[in-house]
Amino acid sequence: MLVATALTVVRTSSLFSIVMLSGVFSLLSALLLVSMDAVDVAFTEAAVGAGISTVLMLGTLALTSRMEKPSRRSPAIPLFVVTVTGAVLIYGTLDMPNFGDPNAPAQTHVAPDYLQQSVHDVDVPNVVTAILASYRGFDTLGETAVVFTAGIAVLLLISGLRRRRDEDDEEERKDT
Amino acid sequence: MQHHLILRVVTKLLCGAIILYAFYVQFHGDYSPGGGFQAGVIMAVAFIAYGVVFGLDAVQKVLPAWVVHKLAALGVLVYSMTGVVSLFLGYAFLDYGAFSPHHPSHGQHWGILAVELGVGITVTGVMVTIYYAFASRIPRITDEEW
Repeated sequence: MLVATALTVVRTSSLFSIVMLSGVFSLLSALLLVSMDAVDVAFTEAAVGAGISTVLMLGTLALTSRMEKPSRRSPAIPLFVVTVTGAVLIYGTLDMPNFGDPNAPAQTHVAPDYLQQSVHDVDVPNVVTAILASYRGFDTLGETAVVFTAGIAVLLLISGLRRRRDEDDEEERKDT
Repeated sequence: MQHHLILRVVTKLLCGAIILYAFYVQFHGDYSPGGGFQAGVIMAVAFIAYGVVFGLDAVQKVLPAWVVHKLAALGVLVYSMTGVVSLFLGYAFLDYGAFSPHHPSHGQHWGILAVELGVGITVTGVMVTIYYAFASRIPRITDEEW
């Protein structure tokens, strides 16, 4: 279903349905994450990917046109690049350990310590929260700062533009 | 969207439930999936849904833009102040054991609660800020266009 949605996104030219389908795509990948027991990530994907990004994309859509512009260049070179990149990525996954392999590098480094010690150290049943907020408190502080910076950047870029245009209008009015 | 009666009624009903759920995710993050980030996003969704259905002016009457901007900064402040307070109590930066020296795990609970609250406030503020920034540029859309 994920693949079918992705292919439909590529085929359609109405931007409105593309935005809606990308919301559907996010929701489906959230379901995939639930079935892989990554509930925290699935939660985020459903709320951010399917919820907020869809609304923001619709907001952007209202500022631009409703239909995709027909492209005039030949699709051969982009298709080649995409195929090669995809092939390299699939080749890379061949070396990856199987899903849930107990000997995978990700499972043998600090994860056992966290899983065994967190009940004693932090005493919080949700290990994800314990790792995020306690063991990795500095990282999460950094992430919060990044989110804040992103908000400031959007504010400066978009609202600043509007204010300047208002001032220009006023100057024009003064000139006339 | 003046004449979409069903949408307006359903949104009014849902907004309260969404905000309640956001608080649940926020303060129950220790025991169930989710935490500050997810709770912040859900909280923002409640306001964004209200704004989409009732218009930007209505939602900015509830939550003015300057409040949202202050919220985004307040969250980072809450988070980093938690670290500074633990510094002043004689522990390392963000060492939550500082908040109850005799029961380190209680201190961890308090510390996690505080920083998750900071994350949640920032995420709510930033998400609503971004929505306001986009929505305030959009010319009013007539229902026929949809």
